Amino acid sequence: MAMTIHCDIVSAEEKIFSGLVEMVVATGSFGDLGIAPGHAPLLTELKPGPVRMINNGEEEIFYASGGFLEVQPRLITILADTALRATDVSEAAALEAKKHAEQAMSEQKSEVDYARAASQLAEAVAQLRTLSEIRKKVGR
Amino acid sequence: MAGGKEVRTQIASIKSTQKITSAMELVAASKMRKAQERMNRGRPYSNRIRQVVGHLASAASEFHHQFMTAREVKRVGYIIISTDRGLCGGLNVNMFKSALREMKEWDDNDVEIDLCLIGAKAASFFNNYGGNIVAAKTHIGDDFSASDLIGSVKVMLDSYDEGKIDKLYVMFNRFVNTMTQKPMSLQLLPLVPDEEEEYKRHWDYIYEPDDASLLEGLLARYIESLVYQGVVDNIACEQAARMIAMKSATDNAGDMIDDLQLVYNKARQASITQELSEIVSGAAAV
Repeated sequence: MAMTIHCDIVSAEEKIFSGLVEMVVATGSFGDLGIAPGHAPLLTELKPGPVRMINNGEEEIFYASGGFLEVQPRLITILADTALRATDVSEAAALEAKKHAEQAMSEQKSEVDYARAASQLAEAVAQLRTLSEIRKKVGR
Repeated sequence: MAGGKEVRTQIASIKSTQKITSAMELVAASKMRKAQERMNRGRPYSNRIRQVVGHLASAASEFHHQFMTAREVKRVGYIIISTDRGLCGGLNVNMFKSALREMKEWDDNDVEIDLCLIGAKAASFFNNYGGNIVAAKTHIGDDFSASDLIGSVKVMLDSYDEGKIDKLYVMFNRFVNTMTQKPMSLQLLPLVPDEEEEYKRHWDYIYEPDDASLLEGLLARYIESLVYQGVVDNIACEQAARMIAMKSATDNAGDMIDDLQLVYNKARQASITQELSEIVSGAAAV
C-alpha cells in the first residue's frame, strides 16, 4: 500500500475533509504544488483554485477561495477562507460572476472597485478551472 | 374574608410574570440551537489555526515577527467578552470574578492592565469597578460578522505593536454543555508554542511567498478567528444560561403560586366557617 498522510481541510464555516491521502495538489502562491508524504515543513498562502486529494488512484476535488496551507511531517492542514466540494461549485454562477467582474473592471470607477473586481474575477476563473479539472477526471 | 383579595391579586401578578419567563425560556431555547450550530461550525477552523500557529511559534524561524517574541511583562491587555443583555443567571458575574482574580494576580506583581470590552455588561461592570478601558464594543447583536469586531481588536494589536502591552489575553465563556459554561482565558500574544516533543527539535518551515508577508496575513487571521470564535461561544453560552435561568424562574413562580393558592384557600375556608358559625349561633339565640 502506498504511503499516506493525514490531511484536513477546514473553512471558516465548517470542516470539509479529513482523512488519509497519498498526495495533495493545491494552488500555492507560486503556482500549483503537489505534496506527498515526507514533504518538508511548509507554510504557504493559497490562491483561489482547486485542491485535489489523491488516494488509491481516486481523486477528490475541492475548491478553496484562498487561505493557508501547512505541511507537517504527519499532517497537512488547509485553512481555507471558504471551501466547497467541487461538485457544489455552480458553473452558471461562476460564469455569471466572471462576466460581472470583467464588466466591473472595464468600467472601473476607483482603485478600490478595481481591486475588488480583480479578486472576484480571480475567484470566478479559479472556480471554472476547478470545474474543468473535474471534467478532465470524468473524461479519463 | 381576611386578605383574600390581596392574595388573589398577587397570584395574578405572579402568573403573568411566569408567562413572560416561560416565553423567554422558549425564545432562548430556539436561539440556543442556532447559536450552538454556529459555534460548532466555527470550532474546527479556530482549533486548527491555533494548532498551526502553535507549530509556527515552536519553529526556529529566521524571521522574528513581533508577535512571536516574548517581552518582559510590564502591562498586559485583556479582551473581555460578555453578553449585551442580562437575565442569564450568573454567566457574566462568574466571568468577571475570574477576570478580577487574574487581574489581581497581575496587580500584585506590579503589572498594569488594559481592557478591551466586548458586550454591554462588561462595559458597565468595568465602568463601575474601574480599570483602564482602552476600547469597548457593545450591542453587536446575535447576528454579527467578524468585521464588527476588527476595530476594537485592532486597538489592542496596535498597542502590542507599539510595545504598550506585552501580553494579550482573551476571556470568554466556553460552552461545555447546556448546563455548564466555563470562563476561559486564552493567551493570544505572544504566540504560545506547541508543547509536543515532536516540535521541540530545531526545524523551520519553507515559507511561500516569503515569511514576512505570509506571517502578517496568517497571524491577523489567527487573532480574528480566535476572538470571533470567543464571541460565538459566548453567545451560545448566553442563550443556554438564559434558558436555564428562565426555566428555574418559571418553576419558582409555579411553586410560589401553589403556596399562595394554599393560603388563599385556607383564608376562604376560614371565612366560610366563620360565617356559618355566626348564622348558627344567631339562629340559636332567636
